[in-house]
Amino acid sequence: MHSLEKKRIRKATMVNERIDQIIDKHQGEASSLIQVLLEIQSENHWLPKEALERISEKLQVPLTRIQHIVTFYKAFSLVPKGRHEIHVCVGTACHVRGATRVLDTVQDLTGIKPGETDLDLKFSLETVNCVGCCALGPVMDVDGKIYGHMAPAETADILKNYK
Amino acid sequence: MPRINSPEELERFRQDTISRRDPSKPCISVCAGAGCLASGAGEVITAFRAEIEKQGLRTEVNTKGTGCPGFCERGPVVVIYPEEICYLQVKAEDVPEIVSRTIKEKKVVDRLLYVDPNTGERATHESEIPFYKNQERIIIGNNIKIDPKSIEDYLAIGGYSALAKVLFQMTSEQVLSEIKKSNLRGRGGGGFPAGRKWEGSRNAPDPIKYVIVNADEGDPGAFMDRALLEGNPHSILEGLMIGAFTIGSHEGYIYVRQEYPLAVENATLAIKQAQAYGLLGRNILGSGFDFTVAVHQGAGAFVCGESTALMTALEGRAGEPRPKYVRSNIVGLWGRPSVLNNVETWANVPLIINNGADWFTQFGTERSKGTKIFSLVGKITNTGLVEVPMGITLKEIIYNIGGGIPGGKKFKAVQTGGPSGGCIPEKLLELEVGYDELTKAGSMMGSGGMIVMDEDTCMVDVARYFLNFLIDESCGKCTPCREGIRQLLKILTRITEGKGSEGDIELLEELSEVAVDASLCALGKSAPNPFLSTLKYFRDEYEAHIREKRCPALSCKGLIAYHIDPEKCQACTICLKQCPAGAVIGGKNRIHVIDQEKCTKCGTCFEVCPSRFSAVEKISGRPVPAPIPQEERMIRKSKNK
Repeated sequence: MHSLEKKRIRKATMVNERIDQIIDKHQGEASSLIQVLLEIQSENHWLPKEALERISEKLQVPLTRIQHIVTFYKAFSLVPKGRHEIHVCVGTACHVRGATRVLDTVQDLTGIKPGETDLDLKFSLETVNCVGCCALGPVMDVDGKIYGHMAPAETADILKNYK
Repeated sequence: MPRINSPEELERFRQDTISRRDPSKPCISVCAGAGCLASGAGEVITAFRAEIEKQGLRTEVNTKGTGCPGFCERGPVVVIYPEEICYLQVKAEDVPEIVSRTIKEKKVVDRLLYVDPNTGERATHESEIPFYKNQERIIIGNNIKIDPKSIEDYLAIGGYSALAKVLFQMTSEQVLSEIKKSNLRGRGGGGFPAGRKWEGSRNAPDPIKYVIVNADEGDPGAFMDRALLEGNPHSILEGLMIGAFTIGSHEGYIYVRQEYPLAVENATLAIKQAQAYGLLGRNILGSGFDFTVAVHQGAGAFVCGESTALMTALEGRAGEPRPKYVRSNIVGLWGRPSVLNNVETWANVPLIINNGADWFTQFGTERSKGTKIFSLVGKITNTGLVEVPMGITLKEIIYNIGGGIPGGKKFKAVQTGGPSGGCIPEKLLELEVGYDELTKAGSMMGSGGMIVMDEDTCMVDVARYFLNFLIDESCGKCTPCREGIRQLLKILTRITEGKGSEGDIELLEELSEVAVDASLCALGKSAPNPFLSTLKYFRDEYEAHIREKRCPALSCKGLIAYHIDPEKCQACTICLKQCPAGAVIGGKNRIHVIDQEKCTKCGTCFEVCPSRFSAVEKISGRPVPAPIPQEERMIRKSKNK
């Protein structure tokens, strides 16, 4: 626990220098807050509290407002993500083609619900509302690779390949 | 990069670009849109480049990744110029053959052509394929012709000529009157006349004004804006600049959802290229007109597609809508007059300027002019993007272009307008597509999602699905939307689980009325639409769920059970092996039985059971027959005869 705590802090300080760089890139304007947060999210895959405090200080934006934004928009995560990020498309086209069955299978196999990460930090699960390849529906995306025409049995086979 | 300083220089540069290109030089265009990339277009492009290198044709053949032409169902799509041969479902393995046969020997590879399922005839060119033939592709048709990362490609097809025309041959009044005359209506959903919106901003006294591209395409199942911004970003920029010139704005934004990284990339690159050529920035083409654009990424909130919410998000805050006592074209971004239009609306602008309003109004109906791109998805043979003239019937879109329903299933409904839209039943298939026509039928145009549903789709579940989507997307600012959607969803979920009771429909109607009347923005006002339209046309399905505890489409998990007919089961063990829950009991020569306690109702057994047996059945509204006794489960030889 102690070492994990240390690691977390080290990670946050590491991010600190990058945060400053990213803020400078956006000319430190408060209106670019969302763009700054997006960039940090995309690099770090989640937003540690320390990072938010740093942004608040540098951009002179109250922490409460940042909290409002990071909980309002879906792109932000306030908890660490797993090694593999599963996105199950639940857009309308995939839904009518059986996306629920795919999602149920993933939930059964990983033991997590959308928005959660398992304890081993192996998988994170999210639903998305259309990735634009409706011809392949139902679709599942693991770490950016898209798998089309999913059925429960195939979903299970694919997840086995991720360690 | 030479800066272009006048319209004459632009024309000269365009002619230079065209003359440097040998029209007889083969060019291999591979669709690099999201759908084709997911089907392996990336590997196909790499394979073409490698094969061309290997056969020593590097200087003789061009290869490009292009925007999406729309025929996603048969992706990856490859078109070979100058003959315009269209190959479908191309794999990397097919590449050597295409290069040897088509590029070198100028012969067609028959097996990669489109084959008409009815006549068996092959189609060599795009224009001969029914999917394309029945469309009117004035906007999306350019996608396959250009590399979206090349401004020269855009210039070669006449790009930025409308901008030059506006800056040097027209006054802003003339541009406005042309747009008004064209009766171009917003393609993002509302259908508000673009000209009137522009006029409001133009007349506002504020010296600072903004123009905005709404590319926060959030409707699930809709991806036409993505295809346009990814496939032809300069056309959107050109439209935006014409709008800016008309209203007197010098600053614009493209608000793109972060889920579309390629659109962000291509739009950003397009801006850079346009700046380098002097088509953006200060003193554009020497006209004295200044204009800059920035790309702003959305962070994932459906409500930000709403104009006032989008502007709030652009200001760096949580994207919550505000009441529109004063419209945003008067008081918008940072409190300034702001014209916000959807991607497709902006894409129409250069076409109207170049060809005139009269040309544009020849397409469409009296009140809905031009074409509209729909994303035709769901239970449809040809999934893809289709661009059709307004006024075409739903039937023509679904059957002539979409190729009907796959698997011999029966059409049930088509859902248009995204989560705020509604479902249109079979009896209204002759309905002409237009803003007012769709609204009258209880749905709406929306941004252009068109989701086809067949007999296996449960309409109560569809209503539940959309409300479940909206509950996550309601920003929570106003009560009728926040609490209304929650309660609507609760009741609908109860019904689909078989726990509905008398009075539920009436309660849903009452809640809907309040949400429609009292919500702050269109999200809440239209949230009950999926319920109201399905109730209007499919009331019997609601009643079957509530009264008989039966799902007529055999889709709602809580109301169905899977059962193996002991008379039909041949104990082939396929379902037994594939069942992910281990719920099938049986063995070789032992009739299979489903353990209802273990069954997760995933439907795998139903799908894998060989059609010549069809032993697995779905049951709803009646009890599952008791499993046959152990001693009768052995299959005797005689039964196999």
